[in-house]
Amino acid sequence: MAKVTVRNEIRFILNGSDVVLTSVAPDATLLDWLRLDRSLRGTKEGCAEGDCGACTVLVGKLSAGGLVYESVNACIRFLGSLVGTHVVTVEHLRGEPGKLHPVQQAIVDFHGSQCGFCTPGFVMSLYGLWMKSPDPSNAAIEKALQGNLCRCTGYEAIMRAAHAISSYGKAAKDPLAVERKAITARLEAMHDGARVEIGSGKKRLIVPANVDDFAALLDKEPGATVVAGSTDVGLWVTKHMRDISPVIFIGNLDGLRTISEDKGVISIGAGVTYSEAFSTLAKRIPALGPLFDRIGGEQVRNMGTIGGNIANGSPIGDTPPPLIALGARLTLRKGKKRRTIPLETFFIAYGKQDRQPGEFVESVHVPVPAKDTKFAVHKITKRRDEDITAALGAFFLTLARDGTVADLRIAYGGMAATPKRASFVEQALLGKPWTEATVETAMAEYARDFSPLTDMRASAEYRALAAKNLLLRFFVETTGTRAPFQVSRNEAA
Amino acid sequence: MNKHATSNLKAEKITGGVATDQRHDSAHKHVSGTAVYIDDMPEPAGTLHGCLGLSAAAHATITSMDLSAVRAASGVVDVLTAKDVPGENDISPTGRHDEPVLADGKVEFFGQPIFCVIAETREQARRATRLAKVEYKELPFVTDIGELDPRKDKLVTPPLTLRRGDAAAAIKAAPRRLKGKMRVGGQEHFYLEGHIAMAIPGEDQDVTIYSSTQHPSEVQHMVSHALGVPSNAITVEIRRMGGGFGGKETQGNQFAALAAIAAKRHHRAVKIRPDRDDDMIATGKRHDFLVDYEVGFDDEGNILGVDFMFAARCGFSSDLSGPVTDRALFHCDNTYFWPAVHAQSAPLYTNTVSNTAFRGFGGPQGMVGAERVIDEVAFAVGKDPLEIRKKNFYGTSDRNITPYHQTVEDNIIQRIVAELEESASYARRRREISAFNANSRFIKRGLALTPVKFGISFTATHYNQAGALVHVYNDGSVHLNHGGTEMGQGLYVKVAQVVAEEFQVDLDQVKITATTTGKVPNTSATAASSGTDLNGMAAQNGARQIKDRLTDFAAEKYQVPRDQVLFLPNRVRIGNQEIAFADLVKQAYMARIQLSAAGFYKTPKIHWNRDKGQGRPFYYFAYGASCSEVSVDTLTGEYVVERTDILHETGRSLNRAIDLGQVEGGFIQGMGWLTTEELWWDDKGRLRTHAPSTYKIPLASDRPKIFNVTLADWPEASEPTIHRSKAVGEPPFPLGMSVLHALSDAVASVADHKICPRLDAPATPERVLMAIERLKGEANA
Repeated sequence: MAKVTVRNEIRFILNGSDVVLTSVAPDATLLDWLRLDRSLRGTKEGCAEGDCGACTVLVGKLSAGGLVYESVNACIRFLGSLVGTHVVTVEHLRGEPGKLHPVQQAIVDFHGSQCGFCTPGFVMSLYGLWMKSPDPSNAAIEKALQGNLCRCTGYEAIMRAAHAISSYGKAAKDPLAVERKAITARLEAMHDGARVEIGSGKKRLIVPANVDDFAALLDKEPGATVVAGSTDVGLWVTKHMRDISPVIFIGNLDGLRTISEDKGVISIGAGVTYSEAFSTLAKRIPALGPLFDRIGGEQVRNMGTIGGNIANGSPIGDTPPPLIALGARLTLRKGKKRRTIPLETFFIAYGKQDRQPGEFVESVHVPVPAKDTKFAVHKITKRRDEDITAALGAFFLTLARDGTVADLRIAYGGMAATPKRASFVEQALLGKPWTEATVETAMAEYARDFSPLTDMRASAEYRALAAKNLLLRFFVETTGTRAPFQVSRNEAA
Repeated sequence: MNKHATSNLKAEKITGGVATDQRHDSAHKHVSGTAVYIDDMPEPAGTLHGCLGLSAAAHATITSMDLSAVRAASGVVDVLTAKDVPGENDISPTGRHDEPVLADGKVEFFGQPIFCVIAETREQARRATRLAKVEYKELPFVTDIGELDPRKDKLVTPPLTLRRGDAAAAIKAAPRRLKGKMRVGGQEHFYLEGHIAMAIPGEDQDVTIYSSTQHPSEVQHMVSHALGVPSNAITVEIRRMGGGFGGKETQGNQFAALAAIAAKRHHRAVKIRPDRDDDMIATGKRHDFLVDYEVGFDDEGNILGVDFMFAARCGFSSDLSGPVTDRALFHCDNTYFWPAVHAQSAPLYTNTVSNTAFRGFGGPQGMVGAERVIDEVAFAVGKDPLEIRKKNFYGTSDRNITPYHQTVEDNIIQRIVAELEESASYARRRREISAFNANSRFIKRGLALTPVKFGISFTATHYNQAGALVHVYNDGSVHLNHGGTEMGQGLYVKVAQVVAEEFQVDLDQVKITATTTGKVPNTSATAASSGTDLNGMAAQNGARQIKDRLTDFAAEKYQVPRDQVLFLPNRVRIGNQEIAFADLVKQAYMARIQLSAAGFYKTPKIHWNRDKGQGRPFYYFAYGASCSEVSVDTLTGEYVVERTDILHETGRSLNRAIDLGQVEGGFIQGMGWLTTEELWWDDKGRLRTHAPSTYKIPLASDRPKIFNVTLADWPEASEPTIHRSKAVGEPPFPLGMSVLHALSDAVASVADHKICPRLDAPATPERVLMAIERLKGEANA
């Protein structure tokens, strides 16, 4: 491995100014730093767990496609993860001299604020959307606002404002668009290939120079907390006040941010966010598109990674069940050694995964379903969007020429201590004709596969009933009936 | 040059008077992040920060409390316990002395504050709090009112009975009768800005407290009791809240009291801003209810007699549970005439956080009970629930006496519902939905139209008063202050419009200032939808006093009769000449005319005898109706709202833009209450839905796909309210009932509309699916 240079400072851009920080707590959040250290108090704390969006800011980062600005939750975003980015807060928005920014003016004119506390967050989310999509559809606005709670307006006025933004100004003339080249150059200059290390002993934060550097560091210090998107670890700090140091931030490692396809298998680096994976996955495995639209809110999707979702081993993570059903494999790495295992075997028990000290999830490999197979995934929640799964079922079916079930993988989240296959149900159907009668019979097998829990998201009875009904839903949708099989937000009334 | 010099002196109308669509006064600051909430204020140097230590038992005596590690933790300056409260350790708002600032030896709910850490930083205070070692001797506890007997078990406050006619006899004599029970859930306010208080010590006994409260005067009085000092030592100020919804009517007292106590102990500013989870665990919510009902009716669906028992989960103390459960009874009629009625409340003690005010204040729960009765009767006689609703509406000249013996004098529900039924194409869509459902195996549609009648006034008569302070400075600019608080509802701009209208000056000449107990004393909570009605009138009264003095002055100085002094836009006509308002003001000042006035208002006509259950508690009623259509997946219980149409009235609106926002927002909040917002306690008595990750308020994508909201343009208040407008804060909230009933209608379709679904609230996908399964089972039985 090439020798790594070490730098003891964090550099990024805040609004118009370069920031250099030499003293940063490993668990310092962007929100606290903005409000307490910089007295930028336009960005609000509503929940400190990434669910309400009052703290939304934009983070511009260099990606393969150039500089991209994304909405993120400043409350659970660690300062250390901002190396080489451009942080934009509501204070930076400006219109023509003496005027509000188009996003702001639209909200004013359409009465989109009442108490105003959520408003800066809405402004930032809509700003992020408007830069990418100046004339968004209703559905696109709703999606961009999934991570923003408003308790006063009922959203209607905000939606009216969102549709009107482009009548107040052109996205192409927006300061962030005009200054894109200059900002890009400034950010590129910050990417000097050095490792960032701040602090000493256990109170340390590290941003590795590259993946090899990360592998070596983690091998040497297996007790370090690895943070990719911080949508989970952020709460360890803000809610549980756990000491997470030393921390290694891997969200910006280019080597983990690749997504590629080879021989029908899509390989996704552990640092790829939901947002970054979306276009490839939704195109190649269309059933994953609607699921990804319902993971967290936009800010969480812009931060959270598929690798993190797998690595944390939660039984209610949304990506493991569909990836298991698709037959995905996982590459783990420790130092220079790699091994690749079926994803399914990674999950051993609650809180226990097949990962050695110093080992990390490097990438996941997802086979694209063959044309003659059928794949679906359905997530059940109390609230449709930005809600954590009560039960999630993923189904992968191959029928033989005679209409019998040749291959079937069914995996669930929220039904057991780990993401889990419905093996008895599968067995009941393998080799049988794919008919409603056989499906009905197989539905009785759910009781042998799962004994779900009752908690605040759903009762055991509901989980059991809804979970097995999803198999019937899958049957109906695979038989090509024109009848709607699912309530949909987007179909016209 | 002074800004007023640029006022248009030839205008036909002022800008920003009443009945114009003004923006929220702070909108430009909201969007740019410059609107200052309490946590955004620059802290005085040396500000300390507090964090509450919460009970880890639902009901217990504290056998030991070892706080040594807390005290030793980095940055900790002090740890307050009950014995450190210098005055009375009580913040019960109605004087029942049942709610300590900090629990003293005994805890009565999981999450009750027992100590308060004061540290150099908020982070240090939070971390130190977790180092406490508290041991408990657990006592039996109850969290669910389903386990209680409303007639026998402990109440937190005396119950109310309403009685008109002989309900038991009427039910017994009725051709048909039925009984049932309904559960309607509580609700977390989820104001986006959580509770916060910052206390700054002054000299002598003085403290100034910036408190996120809807009721500054109450905070002032509570803090004075807790400190053991007179009220005149305490000043409470609030410029704006990031949402209130009733959650900041009494619940801010605790934080303010503790901040003030610590500030006086250490002679330093103290700020307490609980984390969202602590805020949700340690502060009260909307009351959930179990409603027992019995109804007698005829084959046509005419209701002849009704008997209700409204049992409420009040939590461990009374707080506002008395008036909340009273208001549930006041609304157990909704828009319906009950020929004979008996209704009782049971404000039950439970080992949960003390429930409190929430938009509607028990009224919506009462109305949901009424609508369930309507549904039951409709299914029993096999008619569309809308037909049963219309059949039982209050009359306009007869059949118009409420269960509390007030005559409904301003009933317009027939016209509201008729117009909405037409504009929403109810009949056509009812047919289309039947056809759709007949051909759709798994997805079922449902439709419902539900009415609203909401009583306006505090039922505590003495609360129906307000004060305002109006200054006109000698440059003609106006300073406005009143006792109402701004929590997003647009109160400040509406009252400013009233004052601008009164003086006939442009709205930008009226400076809106923060609510403070130092300017207007003994105010009422900004609650009960009364903010504009009361404070608008008080401000108008203040402005009129000054205007009267200016009129007298002008008449005398210019030697014209008083009636020849006319206030025109930004100017005054005196006899044959016109002079700028500002110039007249300057002349008046030079002549030593008092240009400041304290305005006052008290609502006329109202009275209430609680012992008899009779009186006129409400000055008037506000009306509306909504019609919703849903699609339900009968495999999972998931649903979407396809369309909602609303027709709501706000009298002769002061500001239709603001009022529309109240109606849209109120509906969505009401819909959330009845659908996805679920409070869930575990078997240890812990509230487990204490953050937005687990407690789900509506999102933009939960709005009806088609959402038509109309403010009726023809009604005006029957009483001389402020410019004949009507209150709009709470009345739209129960419009959300149409979604619950549309879901119920969709569920009913699985049993051919033969069985009343008895769908309880919140109608989560789980409750919907379980209701579907139950109906399928009963239909096949």
